[in-house]
Amino acid sequence: MTNPTGSTVGTELRADLVGKAARIGAEVAGPAAGSVDREARFPSESFAALRREHMLAAFVPEELGGSGCSISDLSAICTTLGQSCASTAMVYAMHQIQVACMVRHGKSPFFRQYLTDLAGHEWLMASATTEIGVGGDVRTSICAVERAGGRFKLEKQAPVISYGLHSDAILVTARRAPDAAGSDQVIVLAPRANGTTLEQTSGWDTLGMRGTCSLGFTLRTEGAEDQILPQPYAEISAQTMLPFSHIVWTSLWLGIATDAVNRARTFIRAEARKKPGTTPPGSLRLAEVVTLLQTMRATVHDAVREYERIMDDTDALSSIGFAIRMNNLKVAASHLVVDVVARAMSICGIMGYKEDSKYSICRHLRDAYGASLMIANDRIYAANAALLLVHKDE
Amino acid sequence: MDGTDVSMKDTTQQIRAIVREHARLSVEVDALADESDLYQAGMTSHASVNLMLALEDGFDIEFPERMLRRRAFESIAAIRAALDELLRGKPGSN
Repeated sequence: MTNPTGSTVGTELRADLVGKAARIGAEVAGPAAGSVDREARFPSESFAALRREHMLAAFVPEELGGSGCSISDLSAICTTLGQSCASTAMVYAMHQIQVACMVRHGKSPFFRQYLTDLAGHEWLMASATTEIGVGGDVRTSICAVERAGGRFKLEKQAPVISYGLHSDAILVTARRAPDAAGSDQVIVLAPRANGTTLEQTSGWDTLGMRGTCSLGFTLRTEGAEDQILPQPYAEISAQTMLPFSHIVWTSLWLGIATDAVNRARTFIRAEARKKPGTTPPGSLRLAEVVTLLQTMRATVHDAVREYERIMDDTDALSSIGFAIRMNNLKVAASHLVVDVVARAMSICGIMGYKEDSKYSICRHLRDAYGASLMIANDRIYAANAALLLVHKDE
Repeated sequence: MDGTDVSMKDTTQQIRAIVREHARLSVEVDALADESDLYQAGMTSHASVNLMLALEDGFDIEFPERMLRRRAFESIAAIRAALDELLRGKPGSN
């Protein structure tokens, strides 16, 4: 893409990636979004297109065959995809979280090679963090890695592995060893084609985010010990998985909200054209919702900037203040997306309420509710409530 | 508890007592060396917050924001180092 100001390569890369995401959104993901939603099916055509454009390896460093993009680039891509098909954007976001964990914490020769292969084949990564019996607390595991002679075995009862059946490999959390404490966890790489089986235990017929196909499984895997990320999960979670998750999720929710407001804006504009010279009654509501959308955008972009600034400062990343702010990002944006989308629907009125109108906000609203329900806000509030007991806002 | 004029050894003993009571470890504190990783010994991040509060109460100090890091509480020795720094600046301590 041309860049008349002649600014940095990073800006050109961003424009290129976001341009591709916008094209895939407009030509593939958007047109398929209705059927993905109705049939609760994986958005295969979106991912075929993303693979063709080498978008799955966007965050893999250039020397390993990827594009070496930044977290702010990924944020922009997720927002763009979220405007066309929230399920596509969510799967893309979850994939990039797993890639980021390996890029930032898999410094061993095995993981460098794996990332090179991932970039070459455009593999799709899923994750199995929650477990039956831990009450949704991803920082506790029951299952444990059993090691012997340089090999390991693991079995996990996973209530949810989003798009597990469509992924090429899964990152699985587990206790470090059979005698390790519940919070002493590691991440294990489980390639689907090699040593891993998934036995389905539950389905995915939900209100929204239906294309993520977040079925439950019994996961069994075995392999070589070097498939275990060397760093403790506690550190990977604080430095990468948690901030990354909250940023890419809220970025795609921003995409849902943006598209809903765009539909409301188009609706009001069409109303205005019918009676030139008068301001449609809904235009005040539009002005209100645009301020909320701007608040949401600022919240997301502020978090991206902070994370980007301290990304390589492990001490700052493990601070309580940073954890609280990243948690606030998730809960704030998950409330805002529902608020913005519901207001956009009331602006469009019956045309927003209808599934088959061009102003329909139905899928947006159903997908928006996933933000506070697929990842429960109460658990995050409880974590912050505890952290605030010692936090000092200096 | 008043930790302002106890000897260095007593400070460590006092930390151990507080860890025993609040860190919810899956092992006995006496079995741990001063350098042992408390997180590996089963301390959750929630328990670590309770431990921080109990240390603040026990030693009558407040951990400044810059010390509220995972590493500052990862072992009895690390806690000891953080406390030494804070107690040194306290009136009446030496």
